[in-house]
Amino acid sequence: MSTHQARPLFEAAIVRRAIIDAFVKLDPRRMIRNPVMFVVEVGSAFTTALFVHAAVTGKGEAPAGFILAVSLCLWFTVLFANFAEAMAEGRGKAQADTLRKARKDVTAKRLAEPRREAAVEAVVSARLRQGDVVLVEAGDLIPGDGEVVEGVASVDESAITGESAPVIRESGGDRSAVTGGTRVLSDWLVVRITANPGETFLDRMISMVEGAKRQKTPNEIALDILLAGLTLIFLLATVTLLPYSMYAVSSAGRGSPVSLTVLVALLVCLIPTTIGGLLSAIGIAGMDRMIQANVIATSGRAVEAAGDVDVLLLDKTGTITLGNRQATAFLPAPGVTEAALVDAAQLSSLADETPEGRSIVVLAKKKLGLRGRDLHALGAKLVPFTAQTRMSGVDLDGRRIRKGSTDAIVRYVEGQGATVPAEVRRVVEDVSKKGSTPLVVAEGSRVLGVVELKDIVKGGIQERFAEMRRIGIRTVMITGDNPLTAAAIAAEAGVDDFLAEATPEAKLAMIRDYQQKGHLVAMTGDGTNDAPALAQADVAVSMNTGTQAAKEAGNMVDLDSNPTKLLSIVEIGKQMLMTRGALTTFSTANDVAKYFAIIPAAFAATYPSLGALNLMGLHSPTTAVLSAVIFNALIIIALIPLALRGIRYRPAPAPVLLRRNLLVYGLGGVVLPFPCIKVIDLGLTAMGVS
Amino acid sequence: MSANGVVQIVVFLGALVALAAPLGGYMGRVFAGEASWAQRVLGPLERGMYRLAGVRADEEMGWKRYAAALLLFNLAGALAVYGLQRVQQVLPVNPAGLGAVSPEVSFNTAVSFATNTNWQAYGGETTLSHLTQMLGLTVQNFVSAATGMAVLAALIRGFVRRTSEGIGSFWVDLTRSTLYVLLPLSLVLALALVSEGVVQTLSGQATAQLLDATTGADGKAVTQQVLALGPAASQVAIKQLGTNGGGFFNANSAHPFENPTAVSNFLQMLAILLIPAALCFTFGALVKDRRQGWVVLLAMLAIFVPLAFVTVGAEQAGNPVLASLGVDQAASALQAGGNMEGKEVRFGIVNSGLWAAVTTAASNGSVNAMHDSFTPLGGLVPMWLMQLGEVVFGGVGSGLYGMIAYAIVAVFVSGLMVGRTPEYLGKKIEAFEVKMASLVILLPAAAVLIGTAIACVVPVGTAPLGNPGAHGFSEVLYAFSSGANNNGSAFGGLTVSGVFYATAIGVCMLVGRYWVLIPVLAIAGSLARKKVVPAGAGTLPTHTPLFVVLLVGTVLLVGALTFVPALALGPIVEHLALSGALSGALSGALSGALSGQ
Repeated sequence: MSTHQARPLFEAAIVRRAIIDAFVKLDPRRMIRNPVMFVVEVGSAFTTALFVHAAVTGKGEAPAGFILAVSLCLWFTVLFANFAEAMAEGRGKAQADTLRKARKDVTAKRLAEPRREAAVEAVVSARLRQGDVVLVEAGDLIPGDGEVVEGVASVDESAITGESAPVIRESGGDRSAVTGGTRVLSDWLVVRITANPGETFLDRMISMVEGAKRQKTPNEIALDILLAGLTLIFLLATVTLLPYSMYAVSSAGRGSPVSLTVLVALLVCLIPTTIGGLLSAIGIAGMDRMIQANVIATSGRAVEAAGDVDVLLLDKTGTITLGNRQATAFLPAPGVTEAALVDAAQLSSLADETPEGRSIVVLAKKKLGLRGRDLHALGAKLVPFTAQTRMSGVDLDGRRIRKGSTDAIVRYVEGQGATVPAEVRRVVEDVSKKGSTPLVVAEGSRVLGVVELKDIVKGGIQERFAEMRRIGIRTVMITGDNPLTAAAIAAEAGVDDFLAEATPEAKLAMIRDYQQKGHLVAMTGDGTNDAPALAQADVAVSMNTGTQAAKEAGNMVDLDSNPTKLLSIVEIGKQMLMTRGALTTFSTANDVAKYFAIIPAAFAATYPSLGALNLMGLHSPTTAVLSAVIFNALIIIALIPLALRGIRYRPAPAPVLLRRNLLVYGLGGVVLPFPCIKVIDLGLTAMGVS
Repeated sequence: MSANGVVQIVVFLGALVALAAPLGGYMGRVFAGEASWAQRVLGPLERGMYRLAGVRADEEMGWKRYAAALLLFNLAGALAVYGLQRVQQVLPVNPAGLGAVSPEVSFNTAVSFATNTNWQAYGGETTLSHLTQMLGLTVQNFVSAATGMAVLAALIRGFVRRTSEGIGSFWVDLTRSTLYVLLPLSLVLALALVSEGVVQTLSGQATAQLLDATTGADGKAVTQQVLALGPAASQVAIKQLGTNGGGFFNANSAHPFENPTAVSNFLQMLAILLIPAALCFTFGALVKDRRQGWVVLLAMLAIFVPLAFVTVGAEQAGNPVLASLGVDQAASALQAGGNMEGKEVRFGIVNSGLWAAVTTAASNGSVNAMHDSFTPLGGLVPMWLMQLGEVVFGGVGSGLYGMIAYAIVAVFVSGLMVGRTPEYLGKKIEAFEVKMASLVILLPAAAVLIGTAIACVVPVGTAPLGNPGAHGFSEVLYAFSSGANNNGSAFGGLTVSGVFYATAIGVCMLVGRYWVLIPVLAIAGSLARKKVVPAGAGTLPTHTPLFVVLLVGTVLLVGALTFVPALALGPIVEHLALSGALSGALSGALSGALSGQ
């Protein structure tokens, strides 16, 4: 699927840069965007001030060393969270650097008129404007995004797609778009520039993967609000502990009110720092996984929507079936031997360079061992396919062999006063019903039989669709075929529905219809006529080989131009949402253990009987508080790989996913901190902390 | 705890569910405006009231208009109750000749009844005239309950409707709830209570000649007892059915004229939980998926039942300190056993403990025993049930809409774990809903925590405490938990008629009612505007046992995490000190915690 090398999770260069960035990100103006971590930063600064006060005056509310230790833990919590975000961004930046190398200034050959022969003027590519026409010859870099207006050439697009095999670009049709920074390998092109410098596809891709224009996605905003709400609740729960403990002390007549340091430690332990610290990293990593799959999403919103998609519109050709139909059977007419039919079919196809024609030759060889014959040596006259006759063939030794669509051959035969046997018509119908295309072969006025051309459904696609169905996604096949053929292929591929004889208008109407019913629709497209449907779809993946209009209308571009990738895109979207949910649950569930660590420690002096809550048997109030904050910081680091890679995704129905993830991240989140905090406490005790 | 106790609780729960199911279906038809027998009988009255008030029955209000109508109506009600108390001395139907109520207590009582809290800063028969009770309190008992039901009906419409601006008409919801649900049920219950001996009269007091003369505190001989009477049964019926809880008498349902027998006790407990439980079925019926209602009911029961057993169990177990002294606290044919302090002998341990759980699970707040005298664990349960936000049954309407807010949060977090942006009952849960649901959960909790914190550090807060130490802290925490969550029950031991507590708790009641109800209406409005996402294999199912677990987990986790530190300094430390005393290792802590020395 992708020819990119998957980046290792921790690349030394990225890690180095991320460490520096983690400090840069401490700027409170940036931190305020993340309310949870902002609270931690304020807490860190506050405890630092408490430490300075204690160290200078010697009359701190707690031993200076203890305050320092807590303060350092809190600072590390913030830094770890920043590091996670920087790591996620760093991977994108590395990708952007690669892309940026492709965006060097080149000298373009600007043409005075959109003709190859027109006068050429050398201009720096940065000064090219929309509408300029340039000539690009073999070996040249294409100076900017544009539309081929003249010529055919092979182009190396590996700088963008990573795909080393060159692609053909030509004027007219759906392969006319070229991208700046790619190189013409052979021949020449006349290109009309369609984007000003700074707005090219490459520029947009770079800013996208760098996350420069990253905005929070709707779901991220909603989660942020929830986390801010939880933070407020815990802020209140901890701040009010001070007056409560003041009352307890005055009432019990002993101990001292809970120290501010412990309160801040408790606060930071309780607020959802794990998810708060990793939330943006998860989002960026989701985009990054798209990039690893060679898909560029134009917004994080699109990635999120991909997880929600429940209807996939899939083009039959290329996605569900191999691009080309292949001959699978020779069905002779009554009174004609199979050998005669095969012989005629092969002869008429020898010069036919279309994949269908070649497949007939291959099948003939396989069936009867017929070898290829040199038509020129035989003195044959080729009759090429034309849009008018809609048939092709060969004249040889007075034999006039023709093959073509049923209609065309019927017309041809009846034009000579003959009739088509009813038996043949029946065969034709049968073949159509099976979803295959009948190709009728005639010699003179006599119909010899039918060649069945079959759409070959891609291997494994049926399982893939079954998988989709299990996770609640409906697959719809879009095809230009007639309903009969479409139904047969749909049944074979195992899609849920199909749209036959699809026109761009019908596609658009279908998308709107689904959306009206509340569904979210994803589709792929490449042609200009796909643009309206792409613009309407919730997730619209345009092929990199597609036209500029298609790319503009979509919200993702697949650099590999592989329509099957829609399925992976949906998975990546789902995985991102699941990672978010799992870590939120985990983060909240963690709090239970932290309470058991800190509450007995905080009130040890006033209410020693609360020591019964010290389930973990932590060594002392000091080690208990420190263990909890250390755990709280370390868990962020420990979960960075999970945030970047995403939690394991297996396609399964929602109840199964929920049960498993709740067990792992909910129950696991409650249980895991107990042993971890205990181990940290043992370590601290061993180091002589008391 | 005894087998007899278990049987009583099981019978109670069985009766509750059996009655709630048909009532829930009936209320669903009432809110949907479908013809029912009640509408045939009372329909002319309903239509007449609309004509009189100039209300169009088919009017559709947006959520803001709905909220405005509700607030204005509640404001008018509160002002009326305030006014009645301030001038009751010049008004008729005041046989005891009671004077005007103080401004702070009047404010507190007016707010208390408008918000369906029914916290008693007043003293019932010693403060309020019959007119104030009937025209002020009883009317509010009906309409504050109907207000809660109206908001719930509007929220459910938010789920059911598609791309719609309106969430129904407040006036219609209010009228129908009162006319078709609360009035008929109250009538039936009041008659049943009268048959058990609950008083219902407009005469002032009865005087009884004592058989055995005694001496009063002032040293004079006492030969007569004055018995307060009044229209109690009618008010008791709605006080329970509407989860109001404000007693006719100061002693509330511990008073023999308000709750004379075991049967009246059983009926009243049933009445407390009946409508909140039935509304779960209404919810299921209106969203056209009964399982959704069952899930919410089961989640409530899953929290309620174990906690009820904890309370009854803790009370039955009695005081470990006494046990160590060799006192027999076991239940037997001759004694109730356990901790009988502050309990009525005619109710015993089980029906006092169960009542405490019932009245605090629902935001009722009527009491038949002194919660202050419960064991620490037995007292922790009622307190915690309120702190969970009164969503385990809760107030009529308000309990379920609070629970739905929790369900929204549960769906939001766990919905992500199935790889979709979350949806509940086909509606996408987005930033706005999360923001509003967070407010619903955050604000009452904030009011409890902040109110308690202030009371802990100001002298006017600590001075009225009946007990020092951890127990005194529990009393304050209980009072604010009760006020901010619109429960209205009192732990006792705390004098709350002073300016500080009357005002502070009054403010908490306002926060806990309206800052919850308005966000809920906002959610209703936002949901009504949305399209419905069809359910598929990828949709998070919210009708399964797993979702019950999830909902319970969310309520407990948020509730526990918010209040564990505070509870640790109150009932938990008390409990640990009590049991710690047995081992003798922490005897110092015991005296510290119990006596404050």
